[in-house]
Amino acid sequence: MSPFLDALLLSAGYNAALVTVGAALLGIAAGATGTFLFLAKRALVSDAVAHATLPGVGLAFIAMVAMGGDGRSLPGLLAGSAASAWAGLLAIEWITRRTRLKEDAAIGAVLGVFFGLGVVLLTVVQTMGAGRQAGLEEFLLGATAGMLFADGVTIAAGGALALAAAWALRRPMTLVAFDRDYAAARGYDVRRVDLAMMALVMGVTVIGLKLVGLILIVALLIVPPVAARFWTERAGGVVWIAGAIGGASGYIGAAASAAAPDLPTGPIIVLVAAGIFALSLLFAPARGVAAAGARHRRFQRRVHRRQGLLALAHGDAIREPYTLRLLTREGLIRPDGVPTAAGRAQAAKVARDERRWAVARELFRDADLAGRHAGLTPIETIFTADEIAEIDRRLGGPAPAGGA
Amino acid sequence: MGAEFVQISLTPILIGIFAAVACALPGNFLILRRQALIGDAISHVVLPGIVVAFLVTGTVAALPMLIGAAGAALLAVVLIEAVRRLGRIEPGAAMGVVFTTLFAAGVLLLERTDTASVHLDVQHALMGNLESLVWLEATGWRSLMDPAALAALPEELGRIAVVCAAMIVLTAVFWRWLTITTFDEAFARALGIPAAAVGLGLVIAAAVAAVAAFEAVGSIIVIAMFICPPAAARLMTERLDRQVLWSVAFAALSAVLGYVLAGYGPLWLGARHAVSAAGMIATVSGVILALACLYGPHRARVGAGRDAG
Repeated sequence: MSPFLDALLLSAGYNAALVTVGAALLGIAAGATGTFLFLAKRALVSDAVAHATLPGVGLAFIAMVAMGGDGRSLPGLLAGSAASAWAGLLAIEWITRRTRLKEDAAIGAVLGVFFGLGVVLLTVVQTMGAGRQAGLEEFLLGATAGMLFADGVTIAAGGALALAAAWALRRPMTLVAFDRDYAAARGYDVRRVDLAMMALVMGVTVIGLKLVGLILIVALLIVPPVAARFWTERAGGVVWIAGAIGGASGYIGAAASAAAPDLPTGPIIVLVAAGIFALSLLFAPARGVAAAGARHRRFQRRVHRRQGLLALAHGDAIREPYTLRLLTREGLIRPDGVPTAAGRAQAAKVARDERRWAVARELFRDADLAGRHAGLTPIETIFTADEIAEIDRRLGGPAPAGGA
Repeated sequence: MGAEFVQISLTPILIGIFAAVACALPGNFLILRRQALIGDAISHVVLPGIVVAFLVTGTVAALPMLIGAAGAALLAVVLIEAVRRLGRIEPGAAMGVVFTTLFAAGVLLLERTDTASVHLDVQHALMGNLESLVWLEATGWRSLMDPAALAALPEELGRIAVVCAAMIVLTAVFWRWLTITTFDEAFARALGIPAAAVGLGLVIAAAVAAVAAFEAVGSIIVIAMFICPPAAARLMTERLDRQVLWSVAFAALSAVLGYVLAGYGPLWLGARHAVSAAGMIATVSGVILALACLYGPHRARVGAGRDAG
């Protein structure tokens, strides 16, 4: 665990530290950018963009070698990948606008075909210049091992740049993601905002290519926003939290990968993000599964308690085991089912409230009342004392509990 | 076109055709149901399924692999549904979360497992290796009559042929159910057709096709085979039965043309090495789709305005 700790504390060497910081910046940028894509319900477009970078990588390598270069210069390869990713995006838009094929089919077609073309170009590269290992396969799954200082700088600078762009464009992108017509009415050029968003996605993809790999970079764009959505109901909040989750995944994942250099970096980062997602799904306070379960149980308890007390008030026998357990535990009935003094008092109150509600519904013919779980909510939390007095006046004198 | 062709090219071409057709058949329905990206998800989770099957059984035999991949596809579908319902997340994002996670887990498992002794590595899993499926025992066309040589055919050929035949039979047998559930699910339920089961069956069939084709063409190019031929076919006709026939024709054409271009194209251009056949098959299917988008007789949307649907 010690090498992992070293990497986490950025003390596993200068390059490793740079890569780890770069991965964190990239993660933040990807999480924030992906949020807009997720809110616009177009998350999987990024999958096609990512796969569409492969032919560009191959072509850029071939072009650079043809011009007498080394072919492995990262900025050159990234420029090529950006160009082909852009071509892929245009192809998706062209197919969905011009033909009756739907966006999902267009995404899948572009993804598969561009990747196939990329594989063809990779085999061409492999046969160029006898025995030269271009290492382009690293772009599939990402690798930090053997990363140069300049590569680390490229990633860190690119991540910071993408983050700044996402910050600058956050308002128009949020608006367009939620309500295109409203955004258009406010004077934004929706199509250009769309293009800017896609350019940002493409930028993150291209920067993450070396680190995470083109097959899994899409996870950094999708998983953090989806996880962040569990923690807040506000779009701005999702952006921040998604950025934080993405940054943490990148940081921890890259550190773990620095400690275990023979494992590909991309899958580790993605699994860290997936772990955070699983925790969010289960334990987020409002939208999480555990919270929803607790809410459900609380509601169930209130319904059972009330039904049980009403039964006591009417003198009916309770047979439902959960209700019996609940009332016994609260000391409202004895184990043999006979109500205690406290139980009779509570039953009388519930029965009285029930009658009050009936009158209240007559008095205030108000649709609003119907939505308030009439009966489950104590009546005094909704009406003022004066109103309740008025209700009681119409109700007549108190009736004894027990149905007599 | 003599002995060398039979030895080197015949079996890869046949495997390519069978794989393309086996994927195109379920692809037709996935596209019409707007579930094209289920194909994307399935083809990504095939990898973890196969790795787990290998870890459990220790072999790369066909049946455990098929079961593992089908199981992974099923698991993926269940997880996607769970994320969608429990988290109230839109389907595309739920899909993206699930399949990238499973894929990442599969890659890590594979990297940590000693698979040096068997033919299982990440790069082949992603890109396929159609060229390696040769029939060296053949001495010429006459070998097709020679039981000893036939016994040495690459076993992938038999496997994908069986899967392809199964896809054809399943499509024919369930034709009525498939069409009705695809176009009008409520009507299908009113007729007493188990629509949910048909949908799940389609996904599992796609997973089986994906894993059978995956050995030959890799897990990502499979996506092109699921989507491109049916999408191109969709632009050629208004009738589903003709669309399926078109898609089969396009699939077979992509396989043959792709293999030939990859194997012989570079030689015609003066290069000395062939390029990836699987990649070229995907590229050809993409070219066919592009041509269909440009010239297909039924390419335009009819009826509703430009932005509908």
